Order: sequence, then structure tokens, then C-alpha cells
Amino acid sequence: MGAINYTGKVLKNLFSKPSTKRYPEEPIKFTDRTRGHIENDMDKCVLCGVCQMRCPTGAIKVSKSEGTWAISPFSCIQCSACVDGCPKKCLSMEHEYQEPGNEKITKVFDLTEAQKERLAEQARIAAEKAAAAKAALAAKKAAEENGQNT
Amino acid sequence: MATRSVVPFGPQHPVLPEPIHLDLVLEDEKVVEAIPSIGFIHRGLEKLVEKKDFNEMVYVAERTCGICSFGHGYGYVDAVEHIMNIEVPERAQYLRTILFEMSRLHSHLLWLGLLADAFGFESLFMDTWRIREQILNMFEEATGGRVIFSINKIGGLRKDIPNEMLLSFVDRLDGIEKETRVAAKSFLEDSAVKSRLCGVGILTAKEAEELGCCGPMLRASGIRRDTRELGYGAYDDLDLHITTSNKGDSYARTEVRLGEIFQSIDLIKQAVKKIPDGPFDTPVKGFPNGEYMSRIEQPRGEACYYVKANGTKFVTRMRIRTPTFANIPALTKILQGCDMADVPIMIVTIDPCISCTER
Ligand code: SF4
Ligand code: SF4
Repeated sequence: MGAINYTGKVLKNLFSKPSTKRYPEEPIKFTDRTRGHIENDMDKCVLCGVCQMRCPTGAIKVSKSEGTWAISPFSCIQCSACVDGCPKKCLSMEHEYQEPGNEKITKVFDLTEAQKERLAEQARIAAEKAAAAKAALAAKKAAEENGQNT
Repeated sequence: MATRSVVPFGPQHPVLPEPIHLDLVLEDEKVVEAIPSIGFIHRGLEKLVEKKDFNEMVYVAERTCGICSFGHGYGYVDAVEHIMNIEVPERAQYLRTILFEMSRLHSHLLWLGLLADAFGFESLFMDTWRIREQILNMFEEATGGRVIFSINKIGGLRKDIPNEMLLSFVDRLDGIEKETRVAAKSFLEDSAVKSRLCGVGILTAKEAEELGCCGPMLRASGIRRDTRELGYGAYDDLDLHITTSNKGDSYARTEVRLGEIFQSIDLIKQAVKKIPDGPFDTPVKGFPNGEYMSRIEQPRGEACYYVKANGTKFVTRMRIRTPTFANIPALTKILQGCDMADVPIMIVTIDPCISCTER
């Protein structure tokens, strides 16, 4: 009985298309949520380091002084914690899988020139503000001291 | 008396998906004793609680096992949620139940394939794995991962699964059910298959109870016990029919697991019908302080997750008792008296998952 049951199946299989895909001729279809690898849009990143803090495997290294954002894709476990945490929404989980390799590489992303200028401008404004605040504080202190003297 | 010889079996053996070593004491072709030894893939995951904070630990817990990954994450998260008295939204409970039942489906289909491979029915093996592939595709659609889902978090889920997607899953599950029924016929009615399974490796109800078995192993020996009856997640609201068999042999274990496949499909359908709308996650504040042991029914049986925390970022202790660990004594019992040629099937019928046993 069981054998007859399976013979039907075998005959059907003989005349139907294979269930496996003819990869790479036929490309893989990724779903909208497939977690492949992490990319960073360096035109938006502010090197705040939140992603580095959130990453459970320590795959991300952010260097403010050098203006770089680096990831070791072979340490990354595709958990998306960095993507969820990024305040600038510049990280994205791409669908294609990380390409295989012979050695454990580190991918380094440099800030774009435009973003570097923007950040420098922001830093300058922040420094000016801080200097102004400091000057105001000093003036206030001096005024107080003057008040006490008279 | 025939001379005795000892044959080492494993840790590397074609039938074993994972490394376990058995010293088989043989008398001619009969096994008189089997001495198991494990410890080939100990990874020390439990020790990692000292380095990963309690939120990151979810990812570690998931990696205990590649097949029951959802369940392991769930067990850990459930324990922490109880310690922190977090009320998980009902939608998240339902979604977790659905994903958990899908894990059971794919685990059992994988097991059926391994069994078919062990008794030498290659095309049946390929067929069950082809069916299983569709479930992995659904997982990818819902969570983004095929094996490790990273969708659980403390307080709920990280992503919602829209109702339309759930409905499309139900449609596809109908197809899977149909295909599995055809494959089930080969497992349960084929005379060649039956000759390999019937009356082989009998475990009586008393032995199963005394050796502390769990899961399908226990239920195939006629004991009706299933942790899902505790009503965690959404199981309280669902109609659960527990499959048991009285025969206690390899055939019974196949029968029980096949029954559970159909029952899981039914549970998913019920859950999709009843799932409420609403939030799927709740914000978590503070750190856990206290201890809790959570029990869930994994595809292979009951798993326990013990978590102890002291109010800091790091949990002080996490311990996982996995079902295979409880079923290994039964394996040594059923191996006694069986033929050398049946040993691979015996090992496969307990559905061993060695990497979670050793963590
Ligand atoms: S969190 Fe986002 S903005 Fe901040 S360093 Fe990382 S990628 Fe850049
Ligand atoms: S996906 Fe996860 S592991 Fe990978 S870089 Fe982001 S946080 Fe780290």
C-alpha cells in the first residue's frame, strides 16, 4: 500500500520541475525583511557611537578623530540592534548576504566630504556657543565680584 | 556466552547530525550496553551572562540550538519578563505562539527527514525537507531570518507580523498539510518502513517515567504530559489535543510526531483566527531582580530556563535544561538488546540535539 502511495509521487517527480532553484542563473528572491548585511549612509552619520554601544558582538567601531565608521562583517550576527538604535536612521539592513571571504575583513566607511563639512560647521557653532557661554559666565562672576567690592 | 566486543559509535558518524559518542558493548550482533559520553561541542553559553547584558542575552539564548532557536529565546525572555513583572501584550503572546508552533512544525519535518535518511529512504527524506523549506521561507518573510530569528525581546516582539501575512501563512499551511499527509502515509503504512520501526526500541510507560523522559518520547510511551497545558503564551485560549501512543516503539514515536505536525497546523490556524489587534511590545524600565524558572514545551520536549538576577545590568545566572539531556538515559535503555544495525534509528528516534544539551 505504502509502496504504491510513493510510486505515484515518484512518477509525478519525474515529470515536474525540480524544487531546487538553478542558482546562480535564477537569482534568489529576498523578502522585504531579509537580514543580509549592514550598510551605512555616510552622508548622514554623525559618528555618535550609539550603534557601537548597542551592538552585542562588538562588530562596530566608530572613530570620531579619524572620521570613520568600521564594521567587521564576520562578527556581525545580523541582529539589527544597531539599525533600531541609530538616531539618524543612516544604517540599513540590506537584503543581500555578506559575501564570503578567505579572511576576516573589516569594512571601513569614511564620512563624505559634505558630511565632514557639516559636522565641522556644527562643531564650530557648538564651540562658539560654549565660548560665548563661558565668557558670559566670567562676565557675571566679575560683575558679582565688583558688586561685593563696592 | 558469546564474546563481548566494544564498538565506538560517533562522535563523527554519517547518521549523526551532531557529535555524541557511544561505546556499544556488543554480544555478536546484539547491543548489551551503551555508554554515552558528551562534551564535544560545549560552548559555555550560560557563562556569557557575565559579559552580555540581559537584553543582549536574548541573542545568545537563541543560539543555543539552530532548530529550536525561537523556543530558546522565548524561554529566556519569558523568565526575565516574570522576574520584572512585565505584562506582555496579548498580540505578542499570540505571535509568539504562532512562531513557536511553526518552529515545532519545521523541527518535526526535519526529524522525519532524518529518520527517513536513517532507514535509507532517500526520496522520502528529500520530500520532507522540501516541505520544510516552505516553512523556512515563511520564517524569512516574517522575521528576516531563516534559522535565527532575532524577533523576541523582553516585553514583546521587535517586529509585528501583519494580519495579511498571517492569513497567507494559513493558506500555505493548507498545502503543507496536504503534502505531509501524503508523506505520512509512507511513514505509517509502507511495509518496508514498518519493518524497520515496529517493535524496535520499546520503552514502557514505567521506564519512560522512571528515566525522566520528556516530549514525544514520553508521549509515545503512553503518558499524556505536555508543558503547553500549563497555558503559557496563548495556549490557554487554544484548543490543544495532545497526541499519545501506547506502543512505546520507534513507530509510536513517528506516529506521535506526525500527529503533532497536524496539531501544530491546527493550533496556528486557531491562533490566527483569534489574534487580537493592538501593540506587540511594551516598554521595559529598570533591571531584573529576583529569580524565576520558566518551562516551555520545545519540539523535543520540556525545556527549563532558570534565570537569577540581582538588579544590575547583568543577570547573575542562567541555566537551561534541554529535553535531549532528559532523553539520553532513555536512549541507553532502548539500545539495550537491539541489533547493531538498528542503533542509528534508535539514536534518531529520540530526536537528539546535542548542541543544546551541551550549550
Ligand atoms: S548610531 Fe547611526 S549616526 Fe550614530 S555612529 Fe552609528 S551609524 Fe552613525
Ligand atoms: S546587526 Fe547586530 S551584530 Fe551586526 S553590527 Fe548591527 S548590532 Fe552589531
